Amino acid sequence: MGPATLSQVLRQLPRLNDPHLLVGLETADDAAVYQLTEDMAIIETVDFFTPVVDDPYLFGQVAAANALSDIYAMGGRPLLALNIACFPTCLPPEILAEILKGGADKVREAGAIIAGGHTVQDDEPKYGLAVTGLVHPQRVLTNAGALPGDVLILTKPLGTGIIATAIKAELAPAQSQEAALASMIALNKEAASAMLSVGAHACTDITGFGLLGHAAEMARASGVSMIFHYDRVPLLPKTVELAAMGLIPGGAYHNRDHLGEAVSFASNLSPAQQAILFDPQTSGGLLIATPPEQADRLLQELHAKGVTAARKIGRVVEKQNWLIRVEEEEVNCSC
Amino acid sequence: MLKKEVDCRGLACPQPVINTKKALEEIPAGEVIVTVDNPVARENVSMFAGNAGYPVKVEEKEGNFVITITKGEAPGKAPDKPMEPVAQSTGEARPLIYFFTSNLLGQGAPELGMTLLKSLCATLAETDPPPDKLIFLNTGVFLTCTNSPVLQHLKKMAEKGTDIISCGTCLEYYRIKDSLQVGRISNMYEINEALRGPGKVITVP
Repeated sequence: MGPATLSQVLRQLPRLNDPHLLVGLETADDAAVYQLTEDMAIIETVDFFTPVVDDPYLFGQVAAANALSDIYAMGGRPLLALNIACFPTCLPPEILAEILKGGADKVREAGAIIAGGHTVQDDEPKYGLAVTGLVHPQRVLTNAGALPGDVLILTKPLGTGIIATAIKAELAPAQSQEAALASMIALNKEAASAMLSVGAHACTDITGFGLLGHAAEMARASGVSMIFHYDRVPLLPKTVELAAMGLIPGGAYHNRDHLGEAVSFASNLSPAQQAILFDPQTSGGLLIATPPEQADRLLQELHAKGVTAARKIGRVVEKQNWLIRVEEEEVNCSC
Repeated sequence: MLKKEVDCRGLACPQPVINTKKALEEIPAGEVIVTVDNPVARENVSMFAGNAGYPVKVEEKEGNFVITITKGEAPGKAPDKPMEPVAQSTGEARPLIYFFTSNLLGQGAPELGMTLLKSLCATLAETDPPPDKLIFLNTGVFLTCTNSPVLQHLKKMAEKGTDIISCGTCLEYYRIKDSLQVGRISNMYEINEALRGPGKVITVP
């Protein structure tokens, strides 16, 4: 669901004042955090969706990596997960078995277990997980902690929504498909472990609202503004070319329209380039705000742990009358 | 002129783009008129056609968007190679691109430079077919804005289908973005793609 509709719906829910609930609905964070004891809190999150790839086993992996990501984004470690599946009677049950196997393998890779689940009959297959994670109450990473001066690091390339659209149009080159799949099945586990070992002020994972949608939530929750550098944003192969062909999912436009005037772009960025920054991501990377003196060390640690796409893509500044500005670097217009 | 109508109402993305692409491939030249019923399809279809090098016109009619795409006899870019934003030349008609990097033509007395430039633009406007693309950069962008001495010639070429683009950074630098009178604003990415593409580029220094 788009951010505009979602916030309208959530506004109607009653506000909760339970002191144990450390993170709830207010800051549009990735997951809920509930404190159990002085040194123990649980993270709860749920996410499921329709197939983004044809192969059922790989779809299971993508859906699980995506659901687990919220735990990593909050600085936690996943403990156990429950399957949520929708499946039509017209498809052979072996397909569902493959989906669940993909999910189970990914959950095992995360060091957690699948403890059960629930399946309903539906016209279209859907799969995902409800995940419970563990975190120390004082070490919860929310999207509300970014400080002026912080460097913003993104750990996965953008473009999964655009490439999925191109796949539907049968216009996606093989290298784009392969890179998108590899990126979507990759857990944010190593990225989170690097982040926790070096230290960070705030974190969120990039999913349906796109880079700038989730960055905007972080900026609002932290009371800051952000500047991004388009040239530094890691992209999947051929994302710009595919976007320029109009293979842009509707969600990207909804995300853009929702933010409206809060985001401004350098005039030399084309509509296609702008749309990429709003492209809804499936199992996207982490956006990490880290103090400037730690940024290089975090980047080295990320690369050392195999998170090779990670880049510094922007910085946090004092709150301005705009929320986010996207600049293009070093455009030489001398003739 | 050959006309082909494509009704994409009720279709979800990316189907309107696919249908538009098919329709453009099916005719050698002419107009493809695409009707869509939502802004996402309007933006995507316009972007697809613009990227393939075809002039696009969008009208709103009874809650729908009617997108008219003109495919010329000598296409600027062949859209049958979808992975290349600038498709390879087919060996025949290479698009002709004039690259204006200044508002004067040649070095020397400014009055003479202006006279020569007016003369060049008048000549280009009378040529049939006119150039496929005009790119304006640095002080060249003054030529596409209010008070340009060659506006009438540029408008004439635009009517004949010439794609006229001005560097957005330059318009902003000279603070004349609001007075753009002809063509559209573009960026270094597109300009660079056009210059390194298969087209023949004539630089007007």
